[in-house]
Amino acid sequence: MGHSPAQLAHGKLIRFFDQLGKFGILLSRVFRAFSDFPTYRHLIVGQMKTIGMESLPVVVLTSIFVGMVASIQTAYQLRGRVPLYFTGSAVGKMIFLEVGPVTTAFVLSGRVGASIAAQLGTMKITEQIDALESMALNAMAYLVVPRVVAGMVMLPVLIIFTDAIGIAGSWLTAVLSAGISSHDFFKGLQMFFLPMDVIGGLIKAFFFGLTVTLVPSFYGFNTTGGAEGVGRATTNAVVVCCLSILVLDYIIAAIIL
Amino acid sequence: MVEIKGVFKSFEGKSVLSGVDLQVQRGETMVVIGRSGCGKTVLLKLIIGLLKPDHGSILIDGIDIVRVKYKKLLELRKRMAMLFQGAALFDSLTVEENVGLALRRHSGLPEEEIKDRIRQCLAMVELEGTGHLMPAELSGGMKKRVAIARAIAMGPGIVLYDEPTTGLDPITAQNIVSLIADLQNRISATSIVVTHDLSVAYQIGQRIAMLHDGRIRFVGSPEQIKTSEDEIIKHFVSGGSI
Repeated sequence: MGHSPAQLAHGKLIRFFDQLGKFGILLSRVFRAFSDFPTYRHLIVGQMKTIGMESLPVVVLTSIFVGMVASIQTAYQLRGRVPLYFTGSAVGKMIFLEVGPVTTAFVLSGRVGASIAAQLGTMKITEQIDALESMALNAMAYLVVPRVVAGMVMLPVLIIFTDAIGIAGSWLTAVLSAGISSHDFFKGLQMFFLPMDVIGGLIKAFFFGLTVTLVPSFYGFNTTGGAEGVGRATTNAVVVCCLSILVLDYIIAAIIL
Repeated sequence: MVEIKGVFKSFEGKSVLSGVDLQVQRGETMVVIGRSGCGKTVLLKLIIGLLKPDHGSILIDGIDIVRVKYKKLLELRKRMAMLFQGAALFDSLTVEENVGLALRRHSGLPEEEIKDRIRQCLAMVELEGTGHLMPAELSGGMKKRVAIARAIAMGPGIVLYDEPTTGLDPITAQNIVSLIADLQNRISATSIVVTHDLSVAYQIGQRIAMLHDGRIRFVGSPEQIKTSEDEIIKHFVSGGSI
Protein backbone atom coordinates (compact mmCIF):
# COMPACT_ATOMS: atom_id res chain seq x y z
CA MET A 1 0.00 0.00 0.00
CA GLY A 2 1.39 3.44 -0.94
CA HIS A 3 2.00 6.26 1.51
CA SER A 4 -0.09 9.40 1.52
CA PRO A 5 1.62 12.71 0.63
CA ALA A 6 1.34 13.75 4.29
CA GLN A 7 3.11 10.58 5.44
CA LEU A 8 5.83 11.07 2.83
CA ALA A 9 6.32 14.68 3.88
CA HIS A 10 6.45 13.61 7.53
CA GLY A 11 9.06 10.96 6.70
CA LYS A 12 11.19 13.47 4.80
CA LEU A 13 10.93 15.97 7.66
CA ILE A 14 12.05 13.34 10.17
CA ARG A 15 15.00 12.40 7.91
CA PHE A 16 15.93 16.08 7.52
CA PHE A 17 16.06 16.64 11.28
CA ASP A 18 17.86 13.31 11.75
CA GLN A 19 20.56 14.47 9.30
CA LEU A 20 20.68 17.90 10.94
CA GLY A 21 21.19 16.27 14.35
CA LYS A 22 23.96 14.05 13.00
CA PHE A 23 25.62 17.07 11.39
CA GLY A 24 25.48 18.84 14.76
CA ILE A 25 27.19 15.86 16.41
CA LEU A 26 29.91 15.88 13.72
CA LEU A 27 30.42 19.61 14.24
CA SER A 28 30.88 19.17 17.98
CA ARG A 29 33.31 16.26 17.43
CA VAL A 30 35.32 18.31 14.90
CA PHE A 31 35.35 21.28 17.26
CA ARG A 32 36.69 19.10 20.10
CA ALA A 33 39.23 17.47 17.76
CA PHE A 34 40.89 20.87 17.18
CA SER A 35 42.59 20.39 20.57
CA ASP A 36 44.33 17.22 19.27
CA PHE A 37 46.94 19.31 17.44
CA PRO A 38 49.75 16.65 17.38
CA THR A 39 47.51 14.34 15.32
CA TYR A 40 46.88 16.75 12.47
CA ARG A 41 49.61 19.41 12.49
CA HIS A 42 51.77 17.60 9.90
CA LEU A 43 48.77 17.07 7.59
CA ILE A 44 47.66 20.69 7.21
CA VAL A 45 50.25 21.75 4.62
CA GLY A 46 49.42 18.76 2.39
CA GLN A 47 45.73 19.58 2.52
CA MET A 48 46.43 23.27 1.82
CA LYS A 49 48.29 22.16 -1.29
CA THR A 50 45.45 19.88 -2.38
CA ILE A 51 42.62 22.29 -1.64
CA GLY A 52 44.41 25.53 -2.53
CA MET A 53 47.32 25.11 -4.91
CA GLU A 54 45.81 22.31 -6.96
CA SER A 55 42.55 24.24 -7.33
CA LEU A 56 44.33 27.34 -8.62
CA PRO A 57 44.29 26.48 -12.37
CA VAL A 58 40.54 25.87 -12.46
CA VAL A 59 39.90 28.90 -10.26
CA VAL A 60 42.03 31.10 -12.53
CA LEU A 61 40.21 29.88 -15.62
CA THR A 62 36.80 30.39 -14.02
CA SER A 63 37.70 33.85 -12.74
CA ILE A 64 38.88 35.08 -16.15
CA PHE A 65 35.63 34.08 -17.82
CA VAL A 66 33.47 35.32 -14.96
CA GLY A 67 35.23 38.70 -15.18
CA MET A 68 34.86 38.80 -18.97
CA VAL A 69 31.16 37.93 -18.90
CA ALA A 70 30.52 40.41 -16.06
CA SER A 71 32.10 43.16 -18.13
CA ILE A 72 30.17 42.42 -21.33
CA GLN A 73 26.85 42.04 -19.50
CA THR A 74 27.28 45.23 -17.50
CA ALA A 75 28.38 47.31 -20.47
CA TYR A 76 25.42 45.96 -22.45
CA GLN A 77 22.95 46.97 -19.74
CA LEU A 78 24.47 50.40 -19.14
CA ARG A 79 25.06 51.41 -22.77
CA GLY A 80 22.99 54.44 -23.75
CA ARG A 81 21.60 54.93 -20.23
CA VAL A 82 24.53 55.81 -17.96
CA PRO A 83 28.21 56.59 -18.63
CA LEU A 84 30.15 53.41 -19.43
CA TYR A 85 32.81 54.04 -16.78
CA PHE A 86 30.19 52.79 -14.31
CA THR A 87 30.97 49.36 -15.77
CA GLY A 88 34.13 49.34 -13.62
CA SER A 89 32.09 50.21 -10.52
CA ALA A 90 29.45 47.53 -11.12
CA VAL A 91 31.94 44.84 -12.09
CA GLY A 92 34.13 45.57 -9.04
CA LYS A 93 31.24 45.30 -6.58
CA MET A 94 29.94 42.21 -8.32
CA ILE A 95 33.27 40.36 -8.35
CA PHE A 96 34.53 41.35 -4.90
CA LEU A 97 31.34 40.73 -3.01
CA GLU A 98 29.30 38.19 -4.87
CA VAL A 99 30.41 36.49 -8.05
CA GLY A 100 34.03 35.90 -7.01
CA PRO A 101 33.40 34.14 -3.68
CA VAL A 102 30.28 32.25 -4.81
CA THR A 103 31.71 31.04 -8.13
CA THR A 104 34.95 29.94 -6.50
CA ALA A 105 33.04 28.16 -3.74
CA PHE A 106 30.90 26.38 -6.36
CA VAL A 107 34.00 25.30 -8.25
CA LEU A 108 35.55 24.01 -5.04
CA SER A 109 32.34 22.21 -4.10
CA GLY A 110 32.77 20.18 -7.27
CA ARG A 111 36.52 19.75 -7.17
CA VAL A 112 37.33 19.56 -3.46
CA GLY A 113 33.95 18.66 -1.96
CA ALA A 114 33.38 15.69 -4.26
CA SER A 115 36.92 14.48 -3.64
CA ILE A 116 36.59 14.69 0.17
CA ALA A 117 33.23 12.89 0.19
CA ALA A 118 34.53 10.13 -2.11
CA GLN A 119 37.79 9.68 -0.17
CA LEU A 120 36.18 9.57 3.25
CA GLY A 121 33.23 7.52 1.97
CA THR A 122 35.61 4.91 0.56
CA MET A 123 37.57 4.91 3.82
CA LYS A 124 34.32 4.42 5.73
CA ILE A 125 33.07 1.43 3.74
CA THR A 126 36.50 -0.24 3.70
CA GLU A 127 36.76 0.18 7.49
CA GLN A 128 39.83 2.44 7.23
CA ILE A 129 38.16 4.98 9.52
CA ASP A 130 37.46 2.23 12.07
CA ALA A 131 41.09 1.11 11.69
CA LEU A 132 42.30 4.64 12.49
CA GLU A 133 40.12 4.76 15.60
CA SER A 134 41.23 1.27 16.64
CA MET A 135 44.83 2.52 16.52
CA ALA A 136 43.92 5.19 19.09
CA LEU A 137 43.93 7.97 16.50
CA ASN A 138 41.10 10.47 16.58
CA ALA A 139 39.65 10.10 13.06
CA MET A 140 38.12 13.57 13.18
CA ALA A 141 41.48 15.11 14.04
CA TYR A 142 43.31 13.03 11.46
CA LEU A 143 40.88 13.27 8.55
CA VAL A 144 38.53 16.22 8.99
CA VAL A 145 40.34 18.94 10.94
CA PRO A 146 43.29 19.32 8.49
CA ARG A 147 40.83 19.63 5.60
CA VAL A 148 38.69 22.17 7.47
CA VAL A 149 41.71 24.26 8.48
CA ALA A 150 43.01 24.14 4.89
CA GLY A 151 39.59 25.17 3.56
CA MET A 152 39.25 28.08 5.96
CA VAL A 153 42.74 29.35 5.10
CA MET A 154 42.94 28.59 1.39
CA LEU A 155 39.51 29.72 0.23
CA PRO A 156 40.18 33.36 1.18
CA VAL A 157 43.58 33.06 -0.54
CA LEU A 158 41.91 31.72 -3.67
CA ILE A 159 39.34 34.52 -3.51
CA ILE A 160 42.15 37.08 -3.60
CA PHE A 161 43.33 35.44 -6.83
CA THR A 162 39.74 35.31 -8.10
CA ASP A 163 39.28 39.03 -7.41
CA ALA A 164 42.51 40.03 -9.12
CA ILE A 165 42.08 37.77 -12.14
CA GLY A 166 38.37 38.49 -12.46
CA ILE A 167 39.05 42.23 -12.52
CA ALA A 168 41.85 41.72 -15.04
CA GLY A 169 39.53 39.66 -17.25
CA SER A 170 36.75 42.23 -17.07
CA TRP A 171 39.18 45.08 -17.78
CA LEU A 172 40.55 43.31 -20.86
CA THR A 173 37.07 42.65 -22.19
CA ALA A 174 35.93 46.18 -21.39
CA VAL A 175 38.83 47.58 -23.40
CA LEU A 176 38.92 45.08 -26.24
CA SER A 177 35.26 44.47 -26.93
CA ALA A 178 33.07 46.93 -25.04
CA GLY A 179 34.87 50.04 -26.20
CA ILE A 180 35.65 51.36 -22.71
CA SER A 181 39.03 52.94 -22.16
CA SER A 182 41.35 51.67 -19.44
CA HIS A 183 41.17 55.06 -17.80
CA ASP A 184 37.37 54.99 -17.65
CA PHE A 185 37.26 51.40 -16.43
CA PHE A 186 39.61 52.03 -13.51
CA LYS A 187 38.01 55.40 -12.76
CA GLY A 188 34.69 53.56 -12.34
CA LEU A 189 36.31 50.78 -10.36
CA GLN A 190 37.77 53.24 -7.84
CA MET A 191 34.76 55.53 -7.70
CA PHE A 192 32.55 53.45 -5.40
CA PHE A 193 35.20 51.11 -4.07
CA LEU A 194 35.00 50.34 -0.37
CA PRO A 195 37.52 48.16 1.49
CA MET A 196 34.48 46.40 2.96
CA ASP A 197 33.72 45.02 -0.51
CA VAL A 198 36.91 42.95 -0.41
CA ILE A 199 36.65 42.20 3.33
CA GLY A 200 33.04 41.07 2.89
CA GLY A 201 34.12 38.70 0.12
CA LEU A 202 36.86 37.30 2.33
CA ILE A 203 34.44 36.80 5.24
CA LYS A 204 32.19 34.85 2.88
CA ALA A 205 35.20 32.88 1.66
CA PHE A 206 36.07 31.85 5.21
CA PHE A 207 32.59 30.41 5.78
CA PHE A 208 32.46 28.87 2.30
CA GLY A 209 35.80 27.21 3.11
CA LEU A 210 34.19 25.66 6.18
CA THR A 211 31.20 24.54 4.12
CA VAL A 212 33.10 22.89 1.25
CA THR A 213 35.09 20.80 3.72
CA LEU A 214 32.62 20.10 6.54
CA VAL A 215 29.59 19.11 4.46
CA PRO A 216 31.48 16.54 2.33
CA SER A 217 33.20 15.21 5.47
CA PHE A 218 29.76 14.67 6.98
CA TYR A 219 28.55 12.73 3.95
CA GLY A 220 31.81 10.78 3.74
CA PHE A 221 31.64 9.73 7.40
CA ASN A 222 28.01 8.67 7.02
CA THR A 223 28.47 6.63 3.84
CA THR A 224 26.80 3.24 3.84
CA GLY A 225 26.70 0.51 1.20
CA GLY A 226 29.34 -0.10 -1.42
CA ALA A 227 30.38 1.85 -4.50
CA GLU A 228 26.80 3.03 -4.96
CA GLY A 229 26.85 4.46 -1.44
CA VAL A 230 30.06 6.38 -2.19
CA GLY A 231 28.48 7.75 -5.37
CA ARG A 232 25.36 8.80 -3.46
CA ALA A 233 27.42 10.45 -0.72
CA THR A 234 29.49 12.35 -3.30
CA THR A 235 26.44 13.60 -5.20
CA ASN A 236 24.65 14.62 -2.00
CA ALA A 237 27.77 16.36 -0.73
CA VAL A 238 28.10 18.51 -3.85
CA VAL A 239 24.38 19.36 -4.03
CA VAL A 240 24.12 20.23 -0.32
CA CYS A 241 27.40 22.20 -0.51
CA CYS A 242 26.08 24.35 -3.37
CA LEU A 243 22.74 24.95 -1.64
CA SER A 244 24.45 25.75 1.68
CA ILE A 245 26.74 28.23 -0.08
CA LEU A 246 23.73 30.09 -1.50
CA VAL A 247 21.95 30.16 1.86
CA LEU A 248 25.10 31.28 3.67
CA ASP A 249 25.74 33.88 0.98
CA TYR A 250 22.37 35.45 1.68
CA ILE A 251 22.79 35.30 5.48
CA ILE A 252 26.28 36.84 5.43
CA ALA A 253 25.22 39.52 2.92
CA ALA A 254 22.22 40.42 5.10
CA ILE A 255 24.49 40.74 8.15
CA ILE A 256 27.47 42.61 6.74
CA LEU A 257 25.86 44.92 4.16
CA MET B 1 41.31 -9.59 30.89
CA VAL B 2 38.19 -8.90 28.83
CA GLU B 3 34.78 -9.24 30.48
CA ILE B 4 31.56 -8.81 28.54
CA LYS B 5 28.52 -8.56 30.78
CA GLY B 6 24.90 -8.62 29.59
CA VAL B 7 25.59 -6.83 26.30
CA PHE B 8 22.65 -5.97 24.05
CA LYS B 9 22.98 -4.34 20.66
CA SER B 10 20.43 -3.65 17.97
CA PHE B 11 20.47 -1.74 14.69
CA GLU B 12 17.34 0.12 13.58
CA GLY B 13 15.18 -2.05 15.80
CA LYS B 14 16.78 -5.34 14.69
CA SER B 15 18.36 -7.10 17.64
CA VAL B 16 21.85 -8.48 16.95
CA LEU B 17 23.15 -9.23 20.43
CA SER B 18 20.70 -9.96 23.21
CA GLY B 19 22.54 -10.52 26.45
CA VAL B 20 26.08 -11.63 25.65
CA ASP B 21 28.23 -12.70 28.61
CA LEU B 22 31.82 -13.76 28.01
CA GLN B 23 35.12 -13.70 29.87
CA VAL B 24 38.50 -13.92 28.19
CA GLN B 25 41.45 -14.46 30.50
CA ARG B 26 44.74 -12.60 30.16
CA GLY B 27 46.98 -14.27 27.55
CA GLU B 28 44.19 -16.59 26.40
CA THR B 29 43.17 -17.15 22.78
CA MET B 30 39.40 -17.21 22.58
CA VAL B 31 37.76 -18.02 19.26
CA VAL B 32 34.20 -16.85 18.70
CA ILE B 33 32.35 -18.89 16.10
CA GLY B 34 28.88 -18.54 14.68
CA ARG B 35 27.02 -18.26 11.42
CA SER B 36 27.61 -15.31 9.11
CA GLY B 37 25.65 -12.28 10.27
CA CYS B 38 25.18 -13.53 13.84
CA GLY B 39 26.96 -10.50 15.33
CA LYS B 40 30.56 -11.69 15.70
CA THR B 41 32.09 -8.58 14.09
CA VAL B 42 29.71 -6.39 16.09
CA LEU B 43 31.02 -8.04 19.25
CA LEU B 44 34.64 -7.21 18.32
CA LYS B 45 33.71 -3.61 17.48
CA LEU B 46 31.98 -3.32 20.86
CA ILE B 47 35.08 -4.64 22.63
CA ILE B 48 37.33 -2.00 21.02
CA GLY B 49 34.72 0.73 21.51
CA LEU B 50 33.94 1.37 17.84
CA LEU B 51 30.30 0.67 18.69
CA LYS B 52 28.43 1.29 21.93
CA PRO B 53 26.09 -1.36 23.33
CA ASP B 54 22.46 -0.51 24.07
CA HIS B 55 22.85 -2.17 27.48
CA GLY B 56 25.58 -3.94 29.36
CA SER B 57 29.21 -3.37 30.14
CA ILE B 58 32.56 -4.34 28.63
CA LEU B 59 35.49 -4.37 31.03
CA ILE B 60 39.05 -4.16 29.75
CA ASP B 61 41.37 -4.92 32.67
CA GLY B 62 38.59 -3.79 34.99
CA ILE B 63 37.74 -0.52 33.15
CA ASP B 64 34.28 -0.29 31.62
CA ILE B 65 34.96 1.10 28.14
CA VAL B 66 31.26 1.78 27.60
CA ARG B 67 31.29 4.49 30.22
CA VAL B 68 34.71 6.09 29.77
CA LYS B 69 35.19 9.43 28.02
CA TYR B 70 36.57 9.51 24.47
CA LYS B 71 40.11 10.51 25.53
CA LYS B 72 40.27 7.65 28.02
CA LEU B 73 38.92 5.31 25.34
CA LEU B 74 41.77 6.34 23.02
CA GLU B 75 44.22 5.63 25.86
CA LEU B 76 42.71 2.16 26.33
CA ARG B 77 42.91 1.48 22.60
CA LYS B 78 46.69 1.98 22.70
CA ARG B 79 46.78 -1.38 24.52
CA MET B 80 44.55 -3.02 21.91
CA ALA B 81 44.71 -3.81 18.21
CA MET B 82 42.26 -5.10 15.67
CA LEU B 83 42.76 -6.97 12.42
CA PHE B 84 39.87 -6.10 10.13
CA GLN B 85 38.21 -8.57 7.78
CA GLY B 86 39.24 -6.64 4.66
CA ALA B 87 42.64 -5.67 6.19
CA ALA B 88 41.59 -1.96 6.13
CA LEU B 89 45.05 -0.75 5.13
CA PHE B 90 45.24 2.98 4.50
CA ASP B 91 45.39 3.04 0.71
CA SER B 92 47.11 6.42 0.50
CA LEU B 93 50.03 5.25 2.69
CA THR B 94 52.85 2.83 1.92
CA VAL B 95 53.20 -0.46 3.80
CA GLU B 96 55.91 1.12 5.96
CA GLU B 97 53.70 4.12 6.78
CA ASN B 98 50.75 1.85 7.56
CA VAL B 99 52.76 -0.21 10.03
CA GLY B 100 54.42 2.85 11.55
CA LEU B 101 51.42 5.14 11.85
CA ALA B 102 50.52 4.40 15.47
CA LEU B 103 54.19 4.15 16.47
CA ARG B 104 54.95 7.60 15.06
CA ARG B 105 51.93 9.10 16.76
CA HIS B 106 52.04 7.39 20.14
CA SER B 107 55.40 5.82 20.95
CA GLY B 108 57.59 8.93 21.22
CA LEU B 109 60.50 6.81 19.95
CA PRO B 110 63.21 8.30 17.72
CA GLU B 111 62.65 7.76 13.99
CA GLU B 112 65.51 5.23 13.71
CA GLU B 113 64.00 3.03 16.42
CA ILE B 114 60.59 3.31 14.79
CA LYS B 115 62.06 2.17 11.48
CA ASP B 116 63.76 -0.75 13.23
CA ARG B 117 60.49 -1.72 14.87
CA ILE B 118 58.66 -1.55 11.53
CA ARG B 119 61.33 -3.78 9.95
CA GLN B 120 60.96 -6.28 12.82
CA CYS B 121 57.17 -6.35 12.47
CA LEU B 122 57.37 -6.87 8.71
CA ALA B 123 59.97 -9.61 9.25
CA MET B 124 57.63 -11.36 11.72
CA VAL B 125 55.01 -11.61 8.97
CA GLU B 126 57.66 -12.52 6.37
CA LEU B 127 57.29 -9.34 4.35
CA GLU B 128 60.79 -7.90 4.54
CA GLY B 129 61.56 -5.38 1.81
CA THR B 130 57.94 -4.51 1.06
CA GLY B 131 57.85 -1.27 3.04
CA HIS B 132 57.87 0.93 -0.05
CA LEU B 133 54.87 -0.79 -1.69
CA MET B 134 51.37 0.66 -1.75
CA PRO B 135 48.45 -1.52 -0.54
CA ALA B 136 47.09 -1.67 -4.12
CA GLU B 137 50.27 -3.52 -5.14
CA LEU B 138 49.74 -6.33 -2.59
CA SER B 139 47.87 -9.63 -2.87
CA GLY B 140 45.02 -10.45 -0.46
CA GLY B 141 47.27 -12.59 1.75
CA MET B 142 50.00 -9.93 1.83
CA LYS B 143 47.44 -7.30 2.83
CA LYS B 144 46.32 -9.46 5.76
CA ARG B 145 49.93 -9.95 6.83
CA VAL B 146 50.65 -6.21 6.64
CA ALA B 147 47.50 -5.65 8.71
CA ILE B 148 48.81 -8.14 11.28
CA ALA B 149 52.19 -6.35 11.31
CA ARG B 150 50.35 -3.05 11.85
CA ALA B 151 48.27 -4.61 14.64
CA ILE B 152 51.30 -5.90 16.58
CA ALA B 153 53.51 -2.84 16.00
CA MET B 154 52.57 -1.19 19.30
CA GLY B 155 52.95 -4.43 21.27
CA PRO B 156 49.26 -4.64 22.23
CA GLY B 157 48.00 -6.58 25.23
CA ILE B 158 44.77 -7.49 23.45
CA VAL B 159 44.48 -8.41 19.76
CA LEU B 160 41.13 -8.80 18.00
CA TYR B 161 41.04 -10.74 14.73
CA ASP B 162 37.97 -10.40 12.51
CA GLU B 163 37.68 -13.35 10.12
CA PRO B 164 41.46 -13.53 9.49
CA THR B 165 41.22 -16.13 6.73
CA THR B 166 38.10 -15.03 4.86
CA GLY B 167 38.63 -14.52 1.14
CA LEU B 168 42.00 -16.27 1.05
CA ASP B 169 42.94 -19.47 -0.77
CA PRO B 170 43.47 -22.53 1.50
CA ILE B 171 47.26 -22.34 1.44
CA THR B 172 47.42 -18.63 2.22
CA ALA B 173 44.71 -19.09 4.86
CA GLN B 174 46.79 -21.83 6.51
CA ASN B 175 49.84 -19.52 6.44
CA ILE B 176 47.85 -16.81 8.19
CA VAL B 177 46.60 -19.27 10.83
CA SER B 178 50.17 -20.48 11.47
CA LEU B 179 51.31 -16.88 11.67
CA ILE B 180 48.64 -15.99 14.24
CA ALA B 181 49.50 -19.09 16.32
CA ASP B 182 53.20 -18.23 16.11
CA LEU B 183 52.56 -14.61 17.09
CA GLN B 184 50.52 -15.74 20.08
CA ASN B 185 53.54 -17.64 21.32
CA ARG B 186 55.82 -14.65 20.75
CA ILE B 187 53.76 -11.69 22.02
CA SER B 188 51.55 -13.51 24.56
CA ALA B 189 48.65 -11.16 24.00
CA THR B 190 45.05 -11.85 24.91
CA SER B 191 43.46 -12.74 21.58
CA ILE B 192 39.87 -12.87 20.45
CA VAL B 193 39.46 -14.40 17.02
CA VAL B 194 36.14 -14.25 15.21
CA THR B 195 35.60 -16.81 12.48
CA HIS B 196 33.04 -19.10 10.96
CA ASP B 197 35.80 -21.50 9.90
CA LEU B 198 35.97 -24.35 12.41
CA SER B 199 39.40 -25.55 11.28
CA VAL B 200 40.79 -22.12 12.22
CA ALA B 201 39.00 -22.32 15.57
CA TYR B 202 40.44 -25.77 16.38
CA GLN B 203 43.98 -24.75 15.42
CA ILE B 204 44.35 -21.53 17.36
CA GLY B 205 41.60 -21.51 19.98
CA GLN B 206 42.40 -22.42 23.58
CA ARG B 207 38.68 -21.97 24.19
CA ILE B 208 35.86 -21.60 21.70
CA ALA B 209 32.66 -19.62 22.24
CA MET B 210 29.67 -20.06 19.98
CA LEU B 211 27.41 -17.10 19.31
CA HIS B 212 23.88 -18.05 18.38
CA ASP B 213 20.65 -16.02 18.37
CA GLY B 214 22.41 -13.04 19.96
CA ARG B 215 23.77 -15.00 22.94
CA ILE B 216 26.79 -17.11 23.80
CA ARG B 217 25.46 -20.65 23.39
CA PHE B 218 28.61 -22.50 24.37
CA VAL B 219 32.06 -21.87 25.81
CA GLY B 220 34.62 -24.62 26.09
CA SER B 221 37.74 -26.24 24.73
CA PRO B 222 38.00 -27.47 21.11
CA GLU B 223 37.59 -31.04 22.43
CA GLN B 224 34.42 -30.12 24.34
CA ILE B 225 32.77 -28.48 21.34
CA LYS B 226 33.48 -31.53 19.20
CA THR B 227 31.72 -33.78 21.71
CA SER B 228 28.88 -31.43 22.63
CA GLU B 229 25.40 -32.95 22.75
CA ASP B 230 23.70 -29.60 22.03
CA GLU B 231 21.79 -30.06 18.75
CA ILE B 232 22.58 -26.58 17.45
CA ILE B 233 26.29 -26.98 18.15
CA LYS B 234 26.31 -30.46 16.66
CA HIS B 235 24.70 -29.14 13.50
CA PHE B 236 27.18 -26.27 13.24
CA VAL B 237 30.18 -28.52 13.86
CA SER B 238 28.98 -31.08 11.35
CA GLY B 239 28.23 -28.38 8.79
CA GLY B 240 24.46 -28.95 8.76
CA SER B 241 21.78 -26.27 8.82
CA ILE B 242 20.69 -24.83 12.14
